[in-house]
Amino acid sequence: MPQVTLTVNGKRHTVEVEGRTLLVELLREKLGLTGTHVGCDTSQCGACVVHVDGVSAKSCTMLALQADGSNVLTIEGLAAADGTLHPMQEMFREHHALQCGFCTPGMVMSAVDLVNAHPEGLSEKQIREGLEGNLCRCTGYHNIVKAIAAAWPLMHQKAAAAE
Amino acid sequence: MPFEGIGAAVRRKEDARFLSGRGNYTDDINRPGQLYAYVRRSDRPHARISRIDTTQASKAPGVMAVFTGADMAADNIGGLPCGWQIHCKDGSPMKEPPHPVLAVDKVRHVGDPIAVVVAETKQAAKDAAELIEIDYQELPAVASVRDAVASGAPLVHDDAPGNICYDWHIGDKAVVDAAFAKAAKVVKLELTNNRLIPNAMEPRAAVGDFDPNSGDFTLYTTSQNPHVIRLLMGAFVLHIPENKLRVVAPDVGGGFGSKIYHYAEEATVTWAAGKVRRPVKWTAERAESFMSDAHGRDHDTVAEMALDADGTFLGLRVSTLANMGGYLSTFAPCIPTYLYATLLAGVYKTPVIYCEVKAVFTNTVPVDAYRGAGRPEATFLLERLVDVCARDTGMDRVAIRRKNFIPADAFPYQTPVALQYDSGDYQATLDACLKAADYAGFEARRGAAAAKGKLRGIGISTYLEACGIAPSAVVGSLGARAGLYEVANIKVHPTGSVTVYTGTHSHGQGHETTLAQLVCDQLGVPLDQVEVVHGDTGKIPFGMGTYGSRSLAVGGTAMVKAMDKIIAKGKKIAAHLMEASVEDIEFKDGQFSVAGTDKSKTLTDISLAAYVPHNYPIEELEPGLDETAFYDPKNFTFPGGCHVAEVEIDKDTGVTEVVNFVAVDDVGRVINPMIVEGQVQGGVAQGIGQALLENAVYDEGGQLLSGSFMDYSMPRANDLPMITVGTEITLCTHNPLGVKGCGEVGAIGSPPAVINAVIDALKDYGVRHIDMPASPQKLWSIIQSGTPRMAAE
Repeated sequence: MPQVTLTVNGKRHTVEVEGRTLLVELLREKLGLTGTHVGCDTSQCGACVVHVDGVSAKSCTMLALQADGSNVLTIEGLAAADGTLHPMQEMFREHHALQCGFCTPGMVMSAVDLVNAHPEGLSEKQIREGLEGNLCRCTGYHNIVKAIAAAWPLMHQKAAAAE
Repeated sequence: MPFEGIGAAVRRKEDARFLSGRGNYTDDINRPGQLYAYVRRSDRPHARISRIDTTQASKAPGVMAVFTGADMAADNIGGLPCGWQIHCKDGSPMKEPPHPVLAVDKVRHVGDPIAVVVAETKQAAKDAAELIEIDYQELPAVASVRDAVASGAPLVHDDAPGNICYDWHIGDKAVVDAAFAKAAKVVKLELTNNRLIPNAMEPRAAVGDFDPNSGDFTLYTTSQNPHVIRLLMGAFVLHIPENKLRVVAPDVGGGFGSKIYHYAEEATVTWAAGKVRRPVKWTAERAESFMSDAHGRDHDTVAEMALDADGTFLGLRVSTLANMGGYLSTFAPCIPTYLYATLLAGVYKTPVIYCEVKAVFTNTVPVDAYRGAGRPEATFLLERLVDVCARDTGMDRVAIRRKNFIPADAFPYQTPVALQYDSGDYQATLDACLKAADYAGFEARRGAAAAKGKLRGIGISTYLEACGIAPSAVVGSLGARAGLYEVANIKVHPTGSVTVYTGTHSHGQGHETTLAQLVCDQLGVPLDQVEVVHGDTGKIPFGMGTYGSRSLAVGGTAMVKAMDKIIAKGKKIAAHLMEASVEDIEFKDGQFSVAGTDKSKTLTDISLAAYVPHNYPIEELEPGLDETAFYDPKNFTFPGGCHVAEVEIDKDTGVTEVVNFVAVDDVGRVINPMIVEGQVQGGVAQGIGQALLENAVYDEGGQLLSGSFMDYSMPRANDLPMITVGTEITLCTHNPLGVKGCGEVGAIGSPPAVINAVIDALKDYGVRHIDMPASPQKLWSIIQSGTPRMAAE
């Protein structure tokens, strides 16, 4: 079986996979990172979104082999090492942007990338359009939109302060 | 202590794990030595199975076993049971054909399970399933209720003539006919309630585990009610006694009704685990969810309202065909009867009502409760019919509603369709909603939209639901084969922290927070010292689970009863410790005190004394502070309210945008306003989805055309507006918390508000009714073919 070497949440792994193994299967089944979810089989729901080399990607739509040499960040690696939640996680909690929690990891990872990609600001419409690839059946998106809008200044102020 | 009790918008206790990827959903569970199951399903809507050959599949790499219905029959495995029996007009029981776990001689819908492969890996199981050879003799199929009841229609079940499961009615037809005979005006409306697919984001999954040493079975499953699954599966299907069967429903990623029922895969993996003596996991692919999760709605209805000359409702007559699908799902028969026809009074004092319902078998996935379950169907019918009554009589939509509302001083109010409402104030919710939606200012907004070429409309829905299900004796008399009480076990631990074991189940509702708030409120224990445990028959005494917006009204009340027992026992202990009379002990904010003195003991003092009984009335009281209570509700609860939708339709594309949505609901006492708001918003989103986007489509031959997220239009962020939620409360009079329920109101009230708004937007096109979903294609066609009437006409 072919091997894939990749870094996940800062830790390097070399794993044997089948050619058809998906990145999400590698994460969930080989590495035990079950925070990334599978909600569909047509690349529509976004429950499996992770970051690959800093950009959001649907890990159900990527072969594990395609991630060879990549740096992958999953929901388990988003909070600080001491457990302090990322501002996006904190704002999801503050604004009740999750109910059953199943879409949440993918939703949060998409939202982080969306905010990162828009340092100039994000309108409600841009947020809604930016969530095109993520389905939530519980919240009606209302509170997700609010949480992302609230996380934007926290994420960009933090970035500005660090510069 | 911060305010964390009833009414506090505390942030949820469960969120930290969900936000960090540490949830524990069924597919996250892996047992040592676990095998994987893949289910081979019918791709034919209706066929006889003439041969199944598993030889090649059994020899495939990694395969441990291949099982068919014949193997289960050889083990004396029973069929999937139905939990509700309806009796027909003539007194005969409904037709209840067998529902084999794996199809034996015939398949009745696309997705019907036929065989299961158990293998070392998921991929090996899936590959091998393709090697199973199945010879079908295809039969003609029926998918729609109209086709199924046509003369000469193919029979889904040979022992259900005309494909009729039951022909049921409620009300006195002669009395209603007489009311129609003397009516000044009769308004008739034919409508469908579109078939929906629940699509919780977590696909169903099940892990069967078998311990060869003890002979114990454990099933981990995506269920809203693990005790119900243990009872149904243990007693009726696999014949495993409860002491040998544990069912765990861990974190569950949304249910909306679809995870109430006992499904074939749960029984299959549990049974298979015993056969191969290793754990067996099955996880649905989304395509399987579409063709095997119970669907919702799917009614075809004729409704007529009799009115007098001034617009007063005199009588309502309804005839409905309800699709049951290919088999009876667990609660299917009660949905279009006791959760539908009994709701047809709605918020109106219509004096006489008659409803007949024919439940119909078709070659489609079984239909059962989906968020609202029967009540959205009743509400859509009523609120559309009321709007059409206003239109046909020339009355104002608001005025005709106000005129016919049950007045606030009429409670308790006995409807003509069995229910007795305990409380409500429909004028108040209407007033608050119209104000919040700026109904009075609408015509200016319509004009402004017209100036940009958009058709703008506003729609109202004033609705009622019955939930908090349900009084056991009542539902028993109506055909339920279970009681619908709830159970709570509350343990105050020696040093004062508390664990609640509830028979309800949280799959997004936030019970770990809301139920803990009840403990904060009643026992004065801080939120972080209260743990809520649910979803495990190995830990919780019993429980009927979560559906029908029952968790607080029924499960919360069981908790109150258990806490009353704890307080009563605590008073006895306190009296002993403080050498006072029990009658003089008062309990407030976590303190037991002697009335009129400064002597007091904390709950922790009492619990420690209860578990370390050195100074304790041991002759009179057992040690410990651990109480269990069962609560059987006295009545249903009756949330109600008003929803207002405002839409803009693009004339060139027919696309409808919901530009404003306001809900003002009476959900009874609110425990956590943040959670209530979220529940209503989520329900409204599903209602807007039903009204504008979602539709489960079968072709005439029974193939499911909307079988993936590519084809079934789920509401996305950009399809929905911000949803304004308000509450206008009257208390439930028959439970101690005064709570009614909030989980379903959004999905019940919203669809007719949206459709009424769409029709209002199209008022110049002479449109009387549009069935859901109001798709761009439908609206574009109306706009293209219709000539707007001139304003002067």
